[in-house]
Amino acid sequence: MTKRSARKIRWSFFVFFVPVFLWLFLMIVMPQIELLRMSFVGTDFYGESGFTLGHYAAFFTEPIYWLTFVRTAGYALLVTFVVLLIALPVSFFITKVADLKVTGFLMVLILVPFWVSELVRVYGWMILLRESGVLNKLLVALGILKQPVEMLYNDVTMVMGLVYTTMLFMIVPIVSVMESLDDSFIEAAHDLGAKKLTIWRTIIIPYCMPGIMSGSIIVFMLVLGSYLTPNLMGGKNSIWFTEQIYNQMIIYFNWNQGAAFGFLLLLLSSILIWVALKITGQDWRKVIK
Amino acid sequence: MIRTLPNSRTYITGFRVFIVLYFVFLFAPLIVTMVLSFNDSMFPALPWKGFTLDWFFGEGPEKIGIFHDQANLRSISTSFKTALAVATLATVVGTLAAFLFEQEDFKFKTLLYFLMIAPLVIPGVILGISLLLFANTVGLFLENSIGWDVKLLSPGFWLVVIGQFSFITTIVTLVVIARLRKFDRTLEEAAYNLGANRFEVIWYITLKYLRPAIVGGFAVAFLMSFENFNTSVFLVGSRATLPINLYLQVRDGSTPVINAISFLLIVTTSTLAVINLYAGKSRAKKQ
Amino acid sequence: MQAALSVEKLTKKFGEFTAVNGVSFDVEDGKFFSILGPSGCGKTTLLRMIAGFYEPTEGLIRIRDEDMTAVEPNKRPVNLVFQHLALFPMMNVYENIAFGLKRRRESDSRIKEKVGSILERVGLPEHSKKKIDQLSGGQKQRIAIARCLVLEPSVLLLDEPLGALDAKLREHMKIELKKLQSMVGTTFVYITHDQSEAMVMSDHVAVMNAGQFEQIGTPQDLYHNPNSSFVAQFVGNNNKLPVKVHKDEGGAFLARYLDGKDYQVDGTPDLSEGDEYDMFIRPEAVLINPSTSQSIPNTMNCDVKAILFDGGNSQLLVIPEGADQELIVTLPQNKQFDDIKAKDTIRIGWNPGTAVCFPKTELKIYDEA
Repeated sequence: MTKRSARKIRWSFFVFFVPVFLWLFLMIVMPQIELLRMSFVGTDFYGESGFTLGHYAAFFTEPIYWLTFVRTAGYALLVTFVVLLIALPVSFFITKVADLKVTGFLMVLILVPFWVSELVRVYGWMILLRESGVLNKLLVALGILKQPVEMLYNDVTMVMGLVYTTMLFMIVPIVSVMESLDDSFIEAAHDLGAKKLTIWRTIIIPYCMPGIMSGSIIVFMLVLGSYLTPNLMGGKNSIWFTEQIYNQMIIYFNWNQGAAFGFLLLLLSSILIWVALKITGQDWRKVIK
Repeated sequence: MIRTLPNSRTYITGFRVFIVLYFVFLFAPLIVTMVLSFNDSMFPALPWKGFTLDWFFGEGPEKIGIFHDQANLRSISTSFKTALAVATLATVVGTLAAFLFEQEDFKFKTLLYFLMIAPLVIPGVILGISLLLFANTVGLFLENSIGWDVKLLSPGFWLVVIGQFSFITTIVTLVVIARLRKFDRTLEEAAYNLGANRFEVIWYITLKYLRPAIVGGFAVAFLMSFENFNTSVFLVGSRATLPINLYLQVRDGSTPVINAISFLLIVTTSTLAVINLYAGKSRAKKQ
Repeated sequence: MQAALSVEKLTKKFGEFTAVNGVSFDVEDGKFFSILGPSGCGKTTLLRMIAGFYEPTEGLIRIRDEDMTAVEPNKRPVNLVFQHLALFPMMNVYENIAFGLKRRRESDSRIKEKVGSILERVGLPEHSKKKIDQLSGGQKQRIAIARCLVLEPSVLLLDEPLGALDAKLREHMKIELKKLQSMVGTTFVYITHDQSEAMVMSDHVAVMNAGQFEQIGTPQDLYHNPNSSFVAQFVGNNNKLPVKVHKDEGGAFLARYLDGKDYQVDGTPDLSEGDEYDMFIRPEAVLINPSTSQSIPNTMNCDVKAILFDGGNSQLLVIPEGADQELIVTLPQNKQFDDIKAKDTIRIGWNPGTAVCFPKTELKIYDEA
């Protein structure tokens, strides 16, 4: 834009800028700063509040807290990996193998369930898997099981539930990158004598890396921050870190401790994303597209 | 390997079986939930005791269907109002943000863009608690210093709206930006050249072009708000939204009325999703 | 005659890069004026300055004697037909044409009347309700022009609007556009990289290169009397023969070509002895096997390398004896030369008056690599 017209259209810049700035400043930046501040505020014996590192100390000295934290992070990585393992062949089938006439339909079929609330989907698994659930009834009726088994409330089921609820966020970015992968690359590699695995390793995966990264980051974040699935499907004595935050905030009403946990979770997720981007050498600008 | 290359029969069959299993995995819980909403039983479980519509229309006293279940109806209406408010606000601000990032140049644009993306990678739980803390601090400050008791800042309808708005706007922004990127800027220049001013150009040309993305963004925002749990759970007051209300019932066990609600949710959202997808497709074909 | 558009010493710099460098010209009212140049020569920048999308670094633009410096692009009495037309896809034909009139707050009945009459004039009266994507390439062209003409601009700017059309339609639209311009009488300023478009349609053509005008003149003028090596190469086809100039005993200039022989030159006045020049001869100025009665002073023997048959545009590709260079010679399809075959040896000749010399340059019109 030229100097003259820039001056003339300045009002429109402010019409765009002010609401966006207010949104990001008041609803994202300030609350995060407040979260950090609150995590350092403690109330002493006499009811006076002041600076303390006690909430962070509590995290590191109480094994229940940091064990939950490590467990949550570990499971989030595991879930992300499993989701990736399933999403790659599914995306490949839709974009490259399935008949062109059905690809659109398959894509719709994959998208639709994810529009349904997470709660409804978890509820579906609960009535399928619990001791009095549909699967147990079927297996007993077929004579495979002698008596019903509790399939809910264990870590394997929880991981499966998390895989189920986050699958789409891996498939969509990978499909959109894979669609742009020219078939002739694969044909050329095949023609030059490459085996399937080699093609995957040297052509498809490197090409899809931006999609894989953005999918992985979103899935990882969703799993890390998820509450419903681990709470409703996980075992009773193995709780998720978000549940710790919930307990501190809602049950014990200890907001400062909750803030410290919240900030640690934010820190963990930021660091892991940063590391993931560094390791794979991806530019965040490309990944967020 | 791919459809244009000759493939062995085992490869294709194996792949097809895998995909079929995947779709079974995808749809099994939804179908079971829907089917059991018609089971004439007090529990959402087998055995099948016969077909009934009581979980939709039952008036009690034993079976109260969803259309007579006051508590659930109230939470549906709360969720609906919340979603309407969130979607409207998020669509307006998201569209403004798309214009800001695509058409304007200013210092610290990259930093602001980074902040705009941030809600995608901040867990919803943290958005919820940080907003709760901030609103509480501001509320206390206002009350102590000037004696205002700002309703907006205590847990309740508007705080839920603010909490959901804070990250849903990012989604709308990205949806609108995606379309704005494909916009041919010479159309705007042509409109200027024909005598239109900046406001007229945006109103008659750019927004017209963006309409599908804006409508789509609104629909996505509405659905995301309607089913949000993680952020809202920290911000609700006395009027629970549907997901929170459902969560309590699912956790503590309930009658198949939840299946009936799920049935309605699944049917409406999938219909909306399919309409949205096909509308997008036919538009894409035209252009 | 009044100048519809007058440009004085216009310069545009983008940082270090000078896109347009001190260009001046006047366009008379009602004329078809073309700016011809290769891509990247600055012609689009020049056009966008006239339209008001770029602010000049230096210089003045006047339209009907009015200074345009402080006038916003949406207030200038010029309209632009965009390269890809920029017809609004969300509006139908009528709404597209009415867009500018509505911005002027004209009454609905006036708008209706004006749109109707302009559609009549561009020959598409039945198309007002059509969607843009229902139109053919040529119809879109006409609607884009009608959308501008309905505003009765002092000057209509056209940014290579034929570029996107296929070859046959482009030929047709050239003639259509010329007819349309003479019918409506509006001043057209047309930019293009296609010399044939510029030549066929224009009253005057400016040849632009590296941000500057090389020459302004009628198409005939540019073709017959180019005043630079660039114009000679860019306008029409030309053979470029590297020569070295020396004087004979009588003081007349002779050009020594690669084959070591001397040829007469009298087309160019200020030559200096001992310098290297490029001598340009148009393919159609070269005569094949000239008879002695024609008394052609410049002749050479050539090997025919290939016959490039293209109906009325057929040519011979020949290599002069003793020179390692290909020349193009027009091959008239009048049965006279039907017996010429590849690998034959023929004699060619030309009148000294049809050749022009310019100092040797390394300039290339297109990349052969």
